[in-house]
Amino acid sequence: MMARQECVVMLLAGGEGRRLKSLTKKMAKPAVYFGGKYRIIDFPLSNCTNSGLETVGVLTQYEPLVLNHYIGIGSPWDLDRQNGGVSVLPPFAELSGASWYVGTANAVYLNFAFIERHQPDHVLILSGDHIYKMDYSRMLDFHKKTDADATIAAIEVPWKEASRFGILATDPDYRIRSFVEKPADPPGNLASMGVYIFKWPVLKTYLTRDHQNPDSSHDFGKNVIPLMLGEQCRMYAYPFKGYWRDVGTVESLWEANMDLLEDEPELDLNDPNWRIYSRNPYQPAHYIAPGAVVRKSLINEGCLISGEVHHSVVFYGALVGEGSVVRDSVIMPCAKIGRNARVSRAIVGEGAVIEDGAVIGSGDETGEIALIEDHARVGGRVVC
Amino acid sequence: MNNMLGIINLDGEQDLFQELTYFRCGASLPYAGKYRLIDFVMSNMVHAGITDIAVFVRKKYRSLMDHLGNGREWDLDRKKGGVFILPPDWNDPTDHSKGDLQHFHNNMDFFLRGRADYVLFADSQQICHIDFRAVLDSHIASGADVTVVCKRMEPAEEHRTCYRLTVDDHGNVLGFSMDESNPNIFMNMYVLRKDLMLELVRHCIAHGADNFLRDGIIGQLPSLKVKAWAFDGLLQTINSVESYYKHSISLLRPEIHRELFLAGNPIYTKIKDTAPTKYLDRATVDNSLIANGCVIAGHVESSILFRGVRVEEGATVKNSIIMQRSTLRPGAYLENVILDKEVTVTDHQRLIGSPNRPYAIPKRRTI
Repeated sequence: MMARQECVVMLLAGGEGRRLKSLTKKMAKPAVYFGGKYRIIDFPLSNCTNSGLETVGVLTQYEPLVLNHYIGIGSPWDLDRQNGGVSVLPPFAELSGASWYVGTANAVYLNFAFIERHQPDHVLILSGDHIYKMDYSRMLDFHKKTDADATIAAIEVPWKEASRFGILATDPDYRIRSFVEKPADPPGNLASMGVYIFKWPVLKTYLTRDHQNPDSSHDFGKNVIPLMLGEQCRMYAYPFKGYWRDVGTVESLWEANMDLLEDEPELDLNDPNWRIYSRNPYQPAHYIAPGAVVRKSLINEGCLISGEVHHSVVFYGALVGEGSVVRDSVIMPCAKIGRNARVSRAIVGEGAVIEDGAVIGSGDETGEIALIEDHARVGGRVVC
Repeated sequence: MNNMLGIINLDGEQDLFQELTYFRCGASLPYAGKYRLIDFVMSNMVHAGITDIAVFVRKKYRSLMDHLGNGREWDLDRKKGGVFILPPDWNDPTDHSKGDLQHFHNNMDFFLRGRADYVLFADSQQICHIDFRAVLDSHIASGADVTVVCKRMEPAEEHRTCYRLTVDDHGNVLGFSMDESNPNIFMNMYVLRKDLMLELVRHCIAHGADNFLRDGIIGQLPSLKVKAWAFDGLLQTINSVESYYKHSISLLRPEIHRELFLAGNPIYTKIKDTAPTKYLDRATVDNSLIANGCVIAGHVESSILFRGVRVEEGATVKNSIIMQRSTLRPGAYLENVILDKEVTVTDHQRLIGSPNRPYAIPKRRTI
């Protein structure tokens, strides 16, 4: 017998993240590395545990091996619970046949049984694509106070970027009046963060109706939210202030890593009251050799730095050889940079080897970010 | 598979750590930026497939209990076996055991319940990567009653209190002594059959003895077949402030760093979930070992920083060991210093120890 949970979390982690190119060749987007020791999914999972939400279903589909292994039974996030805890929910076969998840709404629809086990009042829908720290319990309080059928977390984005997001128009009390996905001419700059709380009975009704509609693409943003708004459901925007980034492209992933290198970054990873948890790779303290130079950088455990690292993020177990200079770059776990190499404005994939004397990235401030594939061996000159 | 129970006997360990063990036992002394001394022996045992470990403690074990917890980080959170911290709890009115034999007598259930046939003894002060499985294999192959581990090396100050072994050409141990000229240093590690151990324990208690190694094994040497197993890897014996400091600083030498941290099995320790270390624009760091969660704006040279240390702008750290969450304010200057956890050195304070006698500051002081 399961204890009832007030709120169950469904974390959408099946995204392919095609715009991250080789970074998502062998893993789903939520498993992509970020910030020197994390994977993207550490942020929503840590937010859940820090918010006191301990029943989390993680919906996986694309390249789930890395993600499944990484999540395990959820111990790094304190989600190995007797009641609830984390469950990985891949697509499955049933009596009527087997099917893949088609769209975010469909993925949740197919897992009604998981939600029903916990008899929740509310369901929180998250995506595993964003870097941010957020107390979902406050959003849940807001959702209950407004007695909303659905609450959508929203953040003000720069006007010039507004057309990349789903834009909400609200009354002064945040009651949502309209929602448009990626509008060419945005009516406002309050963007949906893809974080939704629904009353469970309402969600159940609308997902069932969406499922029965053959014209729907079964997507929360494209189909379910507009359908509910059209039928005058009580929907509110929950205004969020703070750091929030979609790291869907190589460029934006690189930029979000660089954001951490400010003296006082907007996203504080060292806040003891809001830790970001991750699975621990058991590495020793990192070693900075005589003659090495490290400035304005994040260096994780297990690294051996003999060269120069300027304004870069270096993951665990990476090596930077003598005479090499790494600048404005992200070095993924266990990558090896030989001697006298130059790496600028690059993302060097996990376990990649940069040979002695290689030159990676143009260093041109307007140029593309050079991306070196995981486990690649690279010599000579590579621009991108 | 033949298996062993692991016994980490902290009772009677040398403690010349002064300020560093005011609030903890030596086994939980922080080491190498993120570990505690006990992590090394624990990890060696786990890598040898040992899943039952008892830690005999007598005092100052709060931080050790906090550190080991349910043993999860060592993969010892198990239904069968696991790690047991066994503090003194002597209730048996008929008990007349003394010294470390009290631990055996009062925790007899641990030995009787464990399904292993062999018992491995070790302490927490020998920092090394040792293959205990190879020790057991050699013990079984030789048919010895007891196999003891030793290392032949140039003795240092910290070995003054270690037993030395006299060994013949066939590896038979002929004697234990405190002869300082003998380079065969006993590493306080030995393996024997569990039933023999229990028999020796009963014998010791019946004869009023108070030390299992001295009275149960060394005292019985004429009637036991004791073999030596020579360890040939890197060994750091840490039992005093001086040996702690000397070996800590030696971790900055590439060959020692490589052997202890890169070449061997991983060393497990309690996870802290701190962010990667942040180097600010003015940071200058050279020849140092640095754990996660630090923020460095000043100068760090030939030093070890533990997790969450802050070195503010204009502060200087040389040849020093700075433990968890200590803070150096602007202009602070440290040389040959050991700062325990959560120490704050205020603006422009200077602390200078000598290379052989580092200046140690106890936990949570403000200087």
